[in-house]
Amino acid sequence: MKEQLKKIQAQAEQELSSCTDIKALDELRIKFLGKKGELTAILKQMGKLTPEERPVIGQLANQVRADIEEALATRMNFLKANAQEAKLKEETIDITLPGNYAPFGKLHPLTKVENEIREIFMGMGFEIADGPEIDDDYHVFEALNLPPDHPARDTQDTFYIEGTDETVLLRTQTSSVQVHVMENQKPPIRIISPGRVFRSDAVDATHSPLFHQIEGLVVDEGITMSDLKGTLEMLMKKLYGNECKLRFRPHHFPFTEPSCEVDISCFNCGGEGCSMCKDEGYIELLGAGMVHPKVLENCGIDPEKYSGFAFGLGLERMVMGRYDINDLRLLYENDVRFLDQF
Amino acid sequence: MNLSMKWLADYVKADVPIKEYCHALTMSGSKVECYETEGKEISNVVVGKILSVVPHENSDHLVVCQVEVGKDAPIQIVTGASNVNAGDIVPVALDGSTLPGGIKIKKGKLRGVESNGMLCSLGELGLDKRDFPYAIEDGIFIMQEECETGQDIQSAIGLNDTSVEFEITSNRPDCLSVTGLARETAATFDLPLNIPAPEFKGVDGDINELLKVDIHNAEKCKRYCAGIVKNVKIEPSPRWMRERLRASGVRPINNFVDITNYVMLEYGQPMHAFDLRYVEGAHINVRNAKNGEKIMTLDGVERELTEDMLVIADEKKPVAVAGVMGGEYSGIMDDTTTVVFESAYFEPTQVRRTSKALKLKSDASARYEKGVDPLISMICLKRAFQLVEELGAGEVLNTVIDCDHSDYKPSKVEFSADWINNFLGTDISEANMKEYLGRLGFTFEGDNVVAPSFRIDIECKADIAEEVARIYGYNNIPSTDFRGVARAEFTEEQKFIRTLRNAAVALGGYEIATYSFVSPKYFDKIKLPEDSKLRNAVKIVNPLGEDTSVMRTSIIPSVLDVLSFNYNNRNEKACLFEISKEYLPAAEEKPFINGNILANSGNEKHRYEYSLPDEPQRLTVGMYGGEADFYTLKGMIEQLLGELKISGYEYIRANDSGAFDEKYAFHPGRSAVIVRDGKALGIMGEIHPEVQETYGIGVKTYVAKLNIPELMEAAADKITYQPLPKFPATTRDLSIICDDETPVAELEKAIKGAVGKILEKVTLFDVYKGKQIESGKKSVSYSISMRSHDGTLTDEQADGAMKKALKALAAIGAELRS
Repeated sequence: MKEQLKKIQAQAEQELSSCTDIKALDELRIKFLGKKGELTAILKQMGKLTPEERPVIGQLANQVRADIEEALATRMNFLKANAQEAKLKEETIDITLPGNYAPFGKLHPLTKVENEIREIFMGMGFEIADGPEIDDDYHVFEALNLPPDHPARDTQDTFYIEGTDETVLLRTQTSSVQVHVMENQKPPIRIISPGRVFRSDAVDATHSPLFHQIEGLVVDEGITMSDLKGTLEMLMKKLYGNECKLRFRPHHFPFTEPSCEVDISCFNCGGEGCSMCKDEGYIELLGAGMVHPKVLENCGIDPEKYSGFAFGLGLERMVMGRYDINDLRLLYENDVRFLDQF
Repeated sequence: MNLSMKWLADYVKADVPIKEYCHALTMSGSKVECYETEGKEISNVVVGKILSVVPHENSDHLVVCQVEVGKDAPIQIVTGASNVNAGDIVPVALDGSTLPGGIKIKKGKLRGVESNGMLCSLGELGLDKRDFPYAIEDGIFIMQEECETGQDIQSAIGLNDTSVEFEITSNRPDCLSVTGLARETAATFDLPLNIPAPEFKGVDGDINELLKVDIHNAEKCKRYCAGIVKNVKIEPSPRWMRERLRASGVRPINNFVDITNYVMLEYGQPMHAFDLRYVEGAHINVRNAKNGEKIMTLDGVERELTEDMLVIADEKKPVAVAGVMGGEYSGIMDDTTTVVFESAYFEPTQVRRTSKALKLKSDASARYEKGVDPLISMICLKRAFQLVEELGAGEVLNTVIDCDHSDYKPSKVEFSADWINNFLGTDISEANMKEYLGRLGFTFEGDNVVAPSFRIDIECKADIAEEVARIYGYNNIPSTDFRGVARAEFTEEQKFIRTLRNAAVALGGYEIATYSFVSPKYFDKIKLPEDSKLRNAVKIVNPLGEDTSVMRTSIIPSVLDVLSFNYNNRNEKACLFEISKEYLPAAEEKPFINGNILANSGNEKHRYEYSLPDEPQRLTVGMYGGEADFYTLKGMIEQLLGELKISGYEYIRANDSGAFDEKYAFHPGRSAVIVRDGKALGIMGEIHPEVQETYGIGVKTYVAKLNIPELMEAAADKITYQPLPKFPATTRDLSIICDDETPVAELEKAIKGAVGKILEKVTLFDVYKGKQIESGKKSVSYSISMRSHDGTLTDEQADGAMKKALKALAAIGAELRS
């Protein structure tokens, strides 16, 4: 019987090691260890053994069962691992094929940059004010210290609305929102106002009869020109990085005094002078200044008590600078191949 | 304003490199656009003297010259010109020289004879007869200048000035002059300024015997100075004057015209000269024009005048439009013998209005309309006479007429160094401030600072602060973060639009930006009915063109234009959206314009008779290609509305709604209006094939427009959590046969009504027409999910509910598919 057990064990080991299929392996398990299996059949003959032999053979039989079970388990693990590996191999795909999830859309580049600027200003406590695009002469010009016949009106080629005797017009600057805000809110005021403006400029690579400005206005007690400089420097450093430098040049706007134009160090040469900045080292960026006392007065704010600053920047110019876009028309043609790039 | 640096040097010696000069002036407030050095395109061209001229052996039109050019030996040059003779002084382009336009001259052989350069004409040097009136244009420039052979041509003919172009802002007309810029230069570099007072000798004679001047409107003409030059000699002005005019961008004409331009450029005071012969009655009247009165101005155009314009007239007719332009027939002619000079002060608004009304601008009007120095009229008249005498152009009478009604009072402003420092955020000493202001011509009187007469822009303390700041240097002002806490948040509308925009992008929309003004052709292109209120658009009086002449009353044509553009650029598909405004003329009943603003400003003078239009925000979506169809668009809209917390809306056929006149732009069977609580939120659908064709789009196109104010009103302001179900749902599938025309929404309504509270969800999963289904009918399949919050539904409850549903469906002619 001992020999029979040894034989079964040897046979099982041999058959197991040559088994390559999970299903066949299960059949082997039944063949050797099942209720009607070979080992059980031998153990059924245990009754015929002497009491002395029984524990020896019993122990041996248990040992053989344990060995076969272990061999089965090992073989099973081996086959499963093989099968898994084969399956994984079979399931391998071309990872360079294109993805096909439902596509996300795109924000227009004008919106993207405007959002960025809005966020910077909101962080500085500026609210966002809106105003009408079709407005009256008073809000666009007169209240801003541009009375009728003011020569500076020439520089803003205005579109007028039919049947209104030139009293209603398309706003030429978002500065008109300053007036609306100051008429409705008392200091402290801290707003920006992004929006569309209109000027009678023929369309070319750098001009459009419709473009966007972002107006800023701060009015409070003790606001200084230093504050204006600090605010604009903060904005530009956040937009263009800490290396960028600003240059403030005296200029004239009827609604600010002192007025300035602000240049930013050339994106290309950083201020050294190159062909892009016409050897200037700087690129004109925006207009700004201290709110003219007459403007405050026109809006019912006492210029002896309050002071303020204002600025207006052209969104298109910032977008074009940011993305190296050389033709303004692209922004309004809306070719999806263009829009897709942002 | 173009400034001649040679001219500037008469008044201030700024010995700095030109680039540095331009930068410094820009930073002190006189912005330099660019500068140009004359003759810089010319190199290696020298003065030569013709020693001999002999015929060319192989040509009958060429000659061979020996030319002395300041070198050891003369050089040989072959030329085709016929006006050269031995002894002539000529410009010689040597071998390896450059001429304007980048032309290079090299030695070579002309018909076998060596030529070592080229003799130049005026044109080849970039000049013309106006620069050298004695020369001819179609031949070599035979020079009459004092110069030496071998000398650079630039210095020999004065082609070595540098002209600096300034952009002068409208508040600084004083800087539209050489003396004005000299003052700024002196102040910027802290240099002495020397502008001598002009003087003239004159000949005895009483001007009153020759000329009478009357100002009839002293409001508009505050001062009129006139003087007379007799026995004039009309000829070209001398080279130095021509050079300076040329560098200033003014064309030399003759000595008298040139003198008026020279004085204007020098002092900023426009001058006028006319022939006394044409002043009828020898009587100058400064008066208002008569309505319909005509004058032929110097530019050769006949102008009809109105009575609010001011003219310089003799006893019968106008001879000039005051401050704008002289008359064609009173100007200086070659045979003029007696000249009247005018130097006057006209009121700026008057000149501006006239110039605008006549659409006529001149160097004079550009200065007058901004305001010239009110004290300068007589000084400039004297300067003109000084020049007449210097040029030997005639005899100046030593008496002049000065009609002076001026009421000029110097502008005085309170001066406080503390206030200025507080305003600028600086710490500049009072002494320094006073010194800066002194450089700019300001004086002090007690606590006040007094502006010089040419600084008509100075009105208030902030103006003084700017003067101090620009000399101190804007870039020397420190930068600070301003103090004070501020709270900032988006308004409800801004938040709503942000959500909408982000959702549209998340759903695959590409945001576009379109013009607010469009062509009125869109009325017909989108098939608006003749009586549609959308045809009443806000019109622009002076549009750039017809295609941008009205403010859109519908945003739909804008997206159609962009879809068309993309289609025609062969982009296979597009899914676009825009959040922007429509412009709807205010309804007639609306009270005053900008009423909300008036209420707050309380200022009567802001009232106009016209109402501002409404500018409602719209969302528009447009798509074609790819998966685009009615239901894709509808799905996108539903997702958007879901994100905006809008529910309880339904779709009705666009045809059955009067809310949108744009419905005619849509396919009548494939368009819907979205309605909630009886209010239309938007319109959507397939574009009408005719409209699609009109826009040149070759595939089916889908467009939606949603009204943002209405959406905001419909949006739930609060989200309330619904407890998660405790008991399982029971599901039943239902296939129904009904008339093909029955909208599925009606089936769903019937099911919802019948099943009642336990209904959780009705999901349509199939619509089938064809085999096995009677024609004119369709099969619609639903999965109906039911659930109770009180316990698991029994089969009896579920089947009972289905029976009720079938009964309700039967009532609308739909029955169970067997």
